[in-house]
Amino acid sequence: MTRSSDDRSFRIGTGAFAALVLLIVAGIAFELTRQSTLSIAKFGLKFWTTKVWDPVSGDFGALPFIWGTLYSSVLALLVATPIALGIAIFISELSPRMLRQPLAYLTELLAAIPSIVYGLWGIFVLVPIVRKVEIAMGAKPALGVGMLAAALILAVMVIPFTSSVAREILKNVPATQREAAYALGATRWEAIKVAIGFGRTGIIGAVMLGFGRALGETMAVTMVIGNSPQISASLFKPQYTMAAVIANEFTEAADELYLHALIEIGLLLFIITVGVNLLSRLLIWSTKRRAQTIVVIPVIVAEEVPA
Amino acid sequence: MNDDPKISVRDFDFFYGAAKVLHGISLDIPARKVTALIGPSGCGKSTFIRSINRMNDIITDARGKGTILIDGTDVYGSDTDVVELRRRVGMVFQKSNPFPKSIYDNVAYGLRIGGMRNKRQLDDIIERSLTRAALWHEVKDRLHASALALSGGQQQRLCIARALAVDPEILLMDEPASALDPIATSKIEELIYELKDNYTIVIVTHNMQQAARVSDRTAFFMLGRLVEEGDKNTIFTNPKEKMTEDYVTGRFG
Amino acid sequence: MTANLRRRKIYSGIFETLCALAVVVALIPLAMILFYVIKEGFGALNLDFFLHMPKPVGESGGGMANAIAGTLILIGIAAAFAVPVGCLCGIHLSEYPGTKFSSIVRFAADVLNGVPSIVVGIFAYGILVLPVKRFSAIAGGVALGLLMIPIVVRTTEELLRLVPGGLREGALALGATRGRAVFSVIVPAALPGILTGILVALARVAGETAPLLFTAFNNRFWSTSLTQPIASLTVQVFTYAISPYDDWHRQAWAGAFLLVMMILALSILARLAVRRLERMNRS
Repeated sequence: MTRSSDDRSFRIGTGAFAALVLLIVAGIAFELTRQSTLSIAKFGLKFWTTKVWDPVSGDFGALPFIWGTLYSSVLALLVATPIALGIAIFISELSPRMLRQPLAYLTELLAAIPSIVYGLWGIFVLVPIVRKVEIAMGAKPALGVGMLAAALILAVMVIPFTSSVAREILKNVPATQREAAYALGATRWEAIKVAIGFGRTGIIGAVMLGFGRALGETMAVTMVIGNSPQISASLFKPQYTMAAVIANEFTEAADELYLHALIEIGLLLFIITVGVNLLSRLLIWSTKRRAQTIVVIPVIVAEEVPA
Repeated sequence: MNDDPKISVRDFDFFYGAAKVLHGISLDIPARKVTALIGPSGCGKSTFIRSINRMNDIITDARGKGTILIDGTDVYGSDTDVVELRRRVGMVFQKSNPFPKSIYDNVAYGLRIGGMRNKRQLDDIIERSLTRAALWHEVKDRLHASALALSGGQQQRLCIARALAVDPEILLMDEPASALDPIATSKIEELIYELKDNYTIVIVTHNMQQAARVSDRTAFFMLGRLVEEGDKNTIFTNPKEKMTEDYVTGRFG
Repeated sequence: MTANLRRRKIYSGIFETLCALAVVVALIPLAMILFYVIKEGFGALNLDFFLHMPKPVGESGGGMANAIAGTLILIGIAAAFAVPVGCLCGIHLSEYPGTKFSSIVRFAADVLNGVPSIVVGIFAYGILVLPVKRFSAIAGGVALGLLMIPIVVRTTEELLRLVPGGLREGALALGATRGRAVFSVIVPAALPGILTGILVALARVAGETAPLLFTAFNNRFWSTSLTQPIASLTVQVFTYAISPYDDWHRQAWAGAFLLVMMILALSILARLAVRRLERMNRS
């Protein structure tokens, strides 16, 4: 066998496995569509705009789940984003050098804890606390389970994702940007704002990445949101999400239409999360590229140290 | 004319952690003149210039010892505020570092953080600063275009305009032309020549021809020490030290 | 100092403090979760938990022996499927980084990484459960494997790229074929790193619940058959957590404790390996 033909078989051999990854993604899209045809054919666009979810009479509308998913994720972002950015700023700009690694590790530990453990903690610790707060606030209903508990738990879960990407973005901001601000008489916070301004697209990307995570999060939300398909702006009412209804009802779906309706929800979840993720990666990527086109001349200490 | 030095440095040492990188620098820098700091790379000239506006403060473990007086006030004194200091001492860096904002917003940055909100006042100062930096005519029709769209030389002049806008007394320039082509470099040099009527300029350069062209006084650094300083002509034609002579005649470095 | 400057400095101080506070705020839930998992879980852990089967509803005692075995089997299947696919795909990407095909594959791996695990579960259900009309360990393991693949792909690619180009050229210059050079020189050099990536991926999927709900399903009995439904720690914890029985709640905490310890051990192991790698590269 000649060298070049061997090279080609290596290329094609490993390439086949690479193609498998493509095939998987295409397969997911295909399977989800194929397994939801009954529901797509029967309800069409109405599926997304109606709010009746009645497995007994075979009438399905997914609006309450879409609402619950978006509402809980947006609330989670509102809570998580300032905290995540604060962490990113603290670790990359303010913290003493020796604390950086440990703090980064600890905050990332939040991402390592399984969703189910969050859920367990949510049921037995967070929900009772939320209930007390709700009672103290005179909120009605004061069940503990509901939108507030779900949003809080989601917020904790997305913080590590947003903060680690934002930290990466800040790390990529050339030191010369901060120097320029300091040299013009900026305070520390003003210099940090310059760094944030430089990386803003990437930081938006980091926030969107967190959003993508929140949209698809299943177990923890299922365990604390109350699982009741209603559309309400109330923070205290039990609601439902797309992922949660799939988790709860999938094995109970007795007839094919019911199953197809659930899978159609999965299909939409797939489309939304893929879209959000792509957009976020695009933003992060474009910021990193900008950081690299401005040649970084680092303030390397060693360079000035005489040999 | 006032003969007191604008900047007066006495026995200044500088450390990065345990490494001592500047050894007992003593130097007087006259007002409204260009003082060039020359020397081989790694000689401490950049560290020194960054000590004058305490830019090194942002590096952890870096500290200075000794005195640097500006108009008789100690830069490292306990009652000196570093933010105020840096407004009085502008700085231009080796590589142009415009913010990813419009040309206008770049020049306005220092004014705005200083609390200036009046649009008219801002417009005036921005025009004046850009004019002084010899950039006004090239950009006056696109003040709101991104600064990153400018050429390298224009970006560096924009950074000079940005520094001038806050009305400093001293302008520190850390190899401001090292990343530029010869034409852009000569523009910067002309600019330095014009600016010295109003500003005290300290420029770091490793280009001896540049030092000879733009400076009034020249200081030669080597291995973290100030070897010799004096009138430009003396340094370049009749230096006292053998080391200086070897360097300026290109025998090493 | 002017009033303006004083105001700006106070402002800066406030925001710096808020950032520090953000770290504290995020560490509170972390501390709380770990505290409760240890407090409730460690106390509920005993030998029975590891060795016994679940008791019927209402009877106290019993353990999760079948679920522990089930989780190990599931992640075993996942690794057996995802490691070869992920590694070979990663090798391809690092050997041919600039091709259009590679950038599409890289993109697909990123997409896959962002797909919610429950959606991956539906896919596994569609291809492995529905045709045979039976939940199975295989379906659960494949679902977990699909979630592992993108992590293995990207770590393999990144770590292989860190191997100095000289090594490859050296091997090629000696007359080795491309495949030979890769498998005999480059992969061994990056092996500790690749293993780290696999550990990280395992840590991630070991805690997955959602994709197992309708693939591996659950099993109250001891089963090691790959074609039968199988219990897992995560699904068992879920079932117990939402049950009304105190004894089951205790077992759920014990299961959570075991899960967290397993994942922490995997990720600490991975971190140590990374540190060792870094030290090796530096010297």
